[in-house]
Amino acid sequence: MKIEDVVCPFCGCLCDDLVVEVEGTKVVNVENGCTLANEKFMGDHRLNAPIRRAGEGWEEVSYNEAIEETAAILLDADRPLLYGWSGTFGEAQSVGVHLAELLGAVIDNTSTVCHGPSIMAIQEVGHPGCTLGQVKNRADVVVYWAANPIEAHPRHMSRYTTFCDGFFVKSAFRERKVIVVDVRETDSSQVADEFVKVNPGGDYAVLSALRAIVRGKRDLIPLSVEGVSREQLFRVADLCMSAKFGAIFFGVGLTMAQGKYKNIRNAIELTEELNRHTKFTISPMRGHWNVYGSNEVFTWITGYPYAVDFARGIAFYNPGETTSVDVLRRGECDACLVVASDPGAHFPRACAEHLAHIPTVQIDPHVNATTHLSRIQIPVAVTGIDAEGTAYRMDGVPIRTRRLFFGNYPDDLEVLEKIYRIVREARG
Amino acid sequence: MAGILIKNAFVIDPLSGIKGEVMDIAINNGKIVEEAPSGAEVIDAAGCLTLPGGIDSHSHVCGTKVNFGRYMSPEDMRAGRTARKGVMHVTSGYSVPTTFGNSYRYSTMGYTTILEGAMAPLEARHTHEEFTATPHQDMLANTLFDGNWSIMEAVREKDTRRAAAVVAWVLAAAKGFAIKLTNPGGTEAWGWGEDVQSVHDPVPKFGVTPAEIISTMIRANEILNLPHSVHLHCNNLGVPGNYQTTLDTIDLAPDLNSERQSLYLTHVQFHSYGGSTWRDICSKSEDITRAVNNRPQVVMDMGQIMFGRTTTMTADGPMEFKLYMLHHNKWSNHDVELETGSGIIPVYYGRKSLVNCVMWSIGLELALLTRNPWQCLLSTDSPNGAPFVKYPEIIALLMSRRFRENERRMIDPRTEHFVPLFAIERELDWYEIAVMTRAAQAKALGITRIGKGYLAPGAEADVAIFPLRPDNVDPSVDYQQVMAGFSRTRYTIKRGRVVARDGEVVVEGANSTIWTKAHVPDAYDMGLDPEFRKKFEQYYTVRMTNYPVQDVYLPRGVRIETEAQL
Repeated sequence: MKIEDVVCPFCGCLCDDLVVEVEGTKVVNVENGCTLANEKFMGDHRLNAPIRRAGEGWEEVSYNEAIEETAAILLDADRPLLYGWSGTFGEAQSVGVHLAELLGAVIDNTSTVCHGPSIMAIQEVGHPGCTLGQVKNRADVVVYWAANPIEAHPRHMSRYTTFCDGFFVKSAFRERKVIVVDVRETDSSQVADEFVKVNPGGDYAVLSALRAIVRGKRDLIPLSVEGVSREQLFRVADLCMSAKFGAIFFGVGLTMAQGKYKNIRNAIELTEELNRHTKFTISPMRGHWNVYGSNEVFTWITGYPYAVDFARGIAFYNPGETTSVDVLRRGECDACLVVASDPGAHFPRACAEHLAHIPTVQIDPHVNATTHLSRIQIPVAVTGIDAEGTAYRMDGVPIRTRRLFFGNYPDDLEVLEKIYRIVREARG
Repeated sequence: MAGILIKNAFVIDPLSGIKGEVMDIAINNGKIVEEAPSGAEVIDAAGCLTLPGGIDSHSHVCGTKVNFGRYMSPEDMRAGRTARKGVMHVTSGYSVPTTFGNSYRYSTMGYTTILEGAMAPLEARHTHEEFTATPHQDMLANTLFDGNWSIMEAVREKDTRRAAAVVAWVLAAAKGFAIKLTNPGGTEAWGWGEDVQSVHDPVPKFGVTPAEIISTMIRANEILNLPHSVHLHCNNLGVPGNYQTTLDTIDLAPDLNSERQSLYLTHVQFHSYGGSTWRDICSKSEDITRAVNNRPQVVMDMGQIMFGRTTTMTADGPMEFKLYMLHHNKWSNHDVELETGSGIIPVYYGRKSLVNCVMWSIGLELALLTRNPWQCLLSTDSPNGAPFVKYPEIIALLMSRRFRENERRMIDPRTEHFVPLFAIERELDWYEIAVMTRAAQAKALGITRIGKGYLAPGAEADVAIFPLRPDNVDPSVDYQQVMAGFSRTRYTIKRGRVVARDGEVVVEGANSTIWTKAHVPDAYDMGLDPEFRKKFEQYYTVRMTNYPVQDVYLPRGVRIETEAQL
């Protein structure tokens, strides 16, 4: 059976034009998808049943047993951490937040090691953005700053920017200028009209130089700024200022480089400055397909996009204190529930070690690095394949992922609701 | 569900013609009935003011930009927070509370129905997700058409029927309630960093004017027989001298509907400025209310501002950028492809700012100078003028000249030279307040047909009982008591259940979402129209099949069906 307009649950592009062929409970072919999508739909490395650590090895347990033990671990903990959420759908995330509220837990999503600093910058200066279609239909200048879409978001350029014709831009390839700023050459920089090579850690200075030029202070610019010549800076600034509609996309190369959220703040302020001359927008290249959804869901329930601590009874947010890495590094967390992400692969070693010392439960369809740190793993259906629910694209557009077939696994929502009911029964 | 019998209630129910009578109200199965069932819970209202549940006909509580207001403002989240208590979830936020915060605070003020002021169809799913997390009010969504390409093309072709067909398709897809135009044409212009300056300024690249968009949409609205009229946020919001644009807009409104207005103007305070700069800005409330008083086909809401901190958020992207140029605090913007825009900035309205004092005066003047309270509804465009928790204070100001005089001493002394407020003696009475906070909203939104806004048998049992005894409170003098009374009901009853008591929510809610489905003949089904489908194939970034909001997002949807005259 061929299913059209399927939504891809891999990256923040959330492409919704895939054609997927299904035989029984197996995906046999994917059209329109990138290599990442193909691997996600066709890959078949699922865990068969819930497992629990038994001595040196693992034993299979029933769902009920795994769920009851998970609830018991959480109820027993003084400072539980509920981490992950970016790889599941909004309805499940919502139950997760209410579970954290009930437990007085810390709940955090993968933004904490990704675009968390971008969020902090937005909280300082705001975010002039737009939906991706606005860029597709209007932009004549697109800037990728410290992002490599060809590898990380393979269809971003063909669906929304460089190669995508729009209403006011009939021939994108000819009419649209692409600027790539990065510390090294990448596949993306090779398709750029202008490649700006910045010294590692030099983004803040380059952004400041561009802001100065846009403000009319060209005479202040030295011959070279962090490896970028003055001529090139002028050229880039002129390109931006003469654009009818410009769009900046930035990646974690900017967010996580030296300067962190101050880099993003500077980039946003450059965008704001450009808006005094023309129309400009800026957007983070969000990673997980529903990381933005976790920010949205956390925000409408708690008021904060990530790193929310319920220990005080109220929702408390203080990145650097209530962020997962800090809670783990201080060793104060005494139980962890990981949902739909892989901190074992992404967290600093000290944090991963702490996860291995405390009872960690993972709810995830696949065996991953976190499995090796966990006490229990509960496999679930894969959202967008055998489970469905709401996802938010990197630009905030909500799209409902599809269930392509009914499989044998419960979804995240069912498992979390069962845990929630047990905890609620115990905590009132 | 056992019934409820409210005894000794001092009832004001304008739609039923009850202007203040001590009587009993019986409730059964979520409806007002003639006689309570045996075993009904008895509530002794002891002569307290009892009104239909409050209806807010313009508030920003759910959806993409509201949530972004929270997201970007941890300082606002910290300014109002409560812990989990009983059935109440944790809440955060003062001017943009979390969804549960909104719901609880509205509920304890006696509000049972809220219209979200602006929903972009492309992001409608988000609004509906937040609606389900706002459990104590029935929700409706104004749906944005101000920069909709298909609409502007129909306007250019002078094809009102096609415009109506587009509206019907989009409302059904977005599960929206009514047509909202926010700075019509201006939000599309903002896609190029531009704006329109008057109702006759052409929209770049589309060659239509705001006046043409407004006129066409008013007629399309009536072709579809929609319950509400066009809901309009005029061009030139917040610009000194903009009252002329507002008057020009009012002139566009024909009288096409005998049941309700043909044009609803929202937050008119922001559109009633004279002068030419921020230095000589003055009130033009007299001109505006004169126009409204002469045109029964127009209804407006106040858009009152109140002093203090708040967050402004609107689909009017260019306006927010202009405001940012004044405040230089922080600015967010979010344009939505083929449809609309939006912007957010935090603001502080100060008593020491002459401009803010003039704005504050204008809102009150609009309410006091509009002869017919059914034509001027109480609102702050929450949170733009002030968060809705300020409504009780506004009610008190409208009911007490003494209160206004006391405030006069606290604000910029030059204010009186720019506004007529302090020459106005009128004090509104309980009946007029009841009209301006529920009855007129129900009538203007056209939701009396589903039992909203009144207390006669057959109506939805949404009731608010306030700890105020009109026989021994003189609002003109006891304005503090009025304020306290409207801040916290003794009982809020929603669909026949007590949901809040003395400031606390006591049950988990289960709201409905009210939306409109206009039936059109197949020839006008845009789902089959090649030009319309092309928009999705070529210009939207979401496929047409993934665009409509699925039924699962409206677990208790109430569909109002209409037959289009096409």
